[in-house]
Amino acid sequence: MSAPLRDTRTPLGRVRGLGSARSGTMHFWHQRLTSVAGLGLTVAFIVIVMSVMGRNHAAVVQILGSPVVVLLLLLFVFNTTYHMWLGMQVIIEDYVHHELSKLALLMLNTFFSIVVGLACSYALLKLSFGV
Amino acid sequence: MAEAETSQIRDHRPLSPHLQIYKPMLTMMMSIAHRITGAVLYFAMLLMVWWLIAAAAGPNPYARVQWFMGSWIGRLMLFGCTWALMHHLLGGIRHLIWDIGYGFGPSEREWLTRATLIGALVVTVLLWAFGYFVMGLA
Repeated sequence: MSAPLRDTRTPLGRVRGLGSARSGTMHFWHQRLTSVAGLGLTVAFIVIVMSVMGRNHAAVVQILGSPVVVLLLLLFVFNTTYHMWLGMQVIIEDYVHHELSKLALLMLNTFFSIVVGLACSYALLKLSFGV
Repeated sequence: MAEAETSQIRDHRPLSPHLQIYKPMLTMMMSIAHRITGAVLYFAMLLMVWWLIAAAAGPNPYARVQWFMGSWIGRLMLFGCTWALMHHLLGGIRHLIWDIGYGFGPSEREWLTRATLIGALVVTVLLWAFGYFVMGLA
């Protein structure tokens, strides 16, 4: 069978219709969603960092522990860790071609992002509830 | 038959040429820089973890963070992170503009790219100048 190779997909790929990413557009969409959310949250983050710079621990705890600041920083942390998880996944998929290394790094990426997100969130909650 | 068809298609599937095939262009270099700054910021989140955990842990751990961030290597790292964040943020806006289909004209895409490159440097310096000003008041 030597049909003109206009369609370069394999027969199975053609049936699935998902393209080379093997999934739909959710990854792309969430990357954009978190990047738009990140614009405003980054501005908030910078303002918060500026307000605590050079202050002593007691003042920093007071500022970081106030409800609005904690909420903004929690949103920033959730949004950022999800965004970086998606982004690093793409980098790994693009440059790591050895299947086992790729799987290992994709797992590490997930672990790292969750640990970073949870560690920041825990610290923020502790600052907020003051225990 | 399906087997033969599959292998034949696999043999003829196009390979994407790698980066060194192309003449370096600003838009392409900035796309690479977008990735690199993203990867740098990924690991820079460890500084954020350290900072917040230390603040939650008490005065002594927080004093250590402050000592490190105040040292010349700490400041250099933070300055680099500020630039990477601004570069990635402004580059992100550029990619969002392209995503919705605008700014693809020959001159548009060049000035957009230049604007984000220069803008990131300018904003970084302004933020640090403002930061030192605020610290001076505190």
